[in-house]
Amino acid sequence: MKLPIYMDNHATSPVDPRVFQAMTPYLTNIFGNAASRNHSFGWQAEEAVEKARKQVANLIGATSKEIVFTSGATESNNLALKGVAEMYAEKGNHIITAATEHKAILDTCKRLEKHGVRVTYLPVEQNGLVDLDKLRMAITDKTILISIMHANNEIGVVQPIREIGKIARERGVLLHTDGTQAAGKIPVNVLEDNIDLMSISAHKMYGPKGVGALYVRRRNPRVQLTAQMDGGGHERGMRSGTLNIPGIVGLGEACAIAQAEMPAEAKRMAFLRDKLKDRLMSSLDEVYINGTMEHRLPNNLNISFAYVEGESLLMGINDIAVSSGSACTSATLEPSYVLKALGAGDDLAHSSIRFGLGRFNTEEEVDYVAGKVIEVVKKLRELSPLYEMFKEGIDLSKVQWTAH
Amino acid sequence: MAYSDKVIDHYDHPRNVGSLDKSDPNVGTGMVGAPECGDVMKLQVKVNPETGVIEDAKFKTFGCGSAIASSSLATEWLRGKTVDEALAIKNTDIVNELSLPPVKIHCSVLAEDAIKAAINDYRAKVAKTTPVAAVTA
Repeated sequence: MKLPIYMDNHATSPVDPRVFQAMTPYLTNIFGNAASRNHSFGWQAEEAVEKARKQVANLIGATSKEIVFTSGATESNNLALKGVAEMYAEKGNHIITAATEHKAILDTCKRLEKHGVRVTYLPVEQNGLVDLDKLRMAITDKTILISIMHANNEIGVVQPIREIGKIARERGVLLHTDGTQAAGKIPVNVLEDNIDLMSISAHKMYGPKGVGALYVRRRNPRVQLTAQMDGGGHERGMRSGTLNIPGIVGLGEACAIAQAEMPAEAKRMAFLRDKLKDRLMSSLDEVYINGTMEHRLPNNLNISFAYVEGESLLMGINDIAVSSGSACTSATLEPSYVLKALGAGDDLAHSSIRFGLGRFNTEEEVDYVAGKVIEVVKKLRELSPLYEMFKEGIDLSKVQWTAH
Repeated sequence: MAYSDKVIDHYDHPRNVGSLDKSDPNVGTGMVGAPECGDVMKLQVKVNPETGVIEDAKFKTFGCGSAIASSSLATEWLRGKTVDEALAIKNTDIVNELSLPPVKIHCSVLAEDAIKAAINDYRAKVAKTTPVAAVTA
């Protein structure tokens, strides 16, 4: 076993060697521009792009022509939201999203609000899921788009996207889903789920960074977007810019591998994740899982070790790469807004750790991680005045704290 | 973020972890911070009533590595100092000693507040139990 151990696969994942191998020729010999229509260099590039387009489409039950390549999920999210808001401005100006979305959605919505779009940020229940009745109530005759992520990047909860799709369809509203964490991890079918737009990223599923895709439905209904990048009219006018051939080939290969191996891999991830969870929860008291375990990515565990601050825990397990919702680990010095949205209290957000298992983690690594985390949590609780008070039977919620 | 060697040393080998008897008249207890802010420090001093010298200091901290290091360092510095000397410890002394980056300065402020709270608690106890003349002696 090699240290450090990488268990932060919701942040990014290593490129699968098979993906790298598929990309290599396009970084060296096959360098053509897919838009060059009159020589073999261009044709080779175009052929590679179309193969990848098919691979991406297959993974989500779409057709090739519905895939628009982008620089990643952030761009896909921007294109979906801004493109729809602009194209359908005459139909309405209301978008519904959720409080636990990624910043690429929330900040895009914030910008749209400055341009006259009204945005409803649905709260989530304590389990992390949106309430379908609240969604129904939020829809007005001005609503043009619902954007709800498929799986959450922090707590891994999987939204009832098929039900949401049904509601959107009934009310004649488009549904966009940020599929960054879900695609390649759990089955997604844009037809069965009534998804009209879906963002995908390569580097979360063992592909390269800097490439992603946006699924844009072509039939029932045909979704139109106003391009946000002007130029040579690539990608059927929806996203100009010379195509990133090696990246696109890598994304395609990553999708093909994910699709072929998903049943076995999801099972293995769930086994490792559950082993980690069971060991932590049987060896430590006052441990809380954030978000429902019932509807969750198989590779995610987000857990709060009460009375222990997240950054200090990360410091003690510095040969393991994971992340925390603690304020001290964020750029804004605010605890995770996703965990806050669950209503569990800021103190549990400060104590949270996100484990993101991946294709290359082994059972031996999980055993090591569990042992190390248990050891450090115990050590830090010896140091924790809160744990001491808890053990003395003091109700911490009734203590008069001197907030600073 | 990279931690300084001294922060890592205090985190790996925290000095004077523990609790003193809160009800002891010679023990002052300071607890500052709040769980929802992500840090709580408990700092205690045991003062020799004859000499006014801090004979023992203990801490427990819920917080990041820098908060743990700041309070651990504070207990080291408090031992052997008089109460008045202890009150002269400034957060900037802690920042300098531990090479804390700007985002961690609040950890040092919290440690200074904890020192003051502990000593104020001790003084309040003394004021309650002892004639005023003896306190100033």
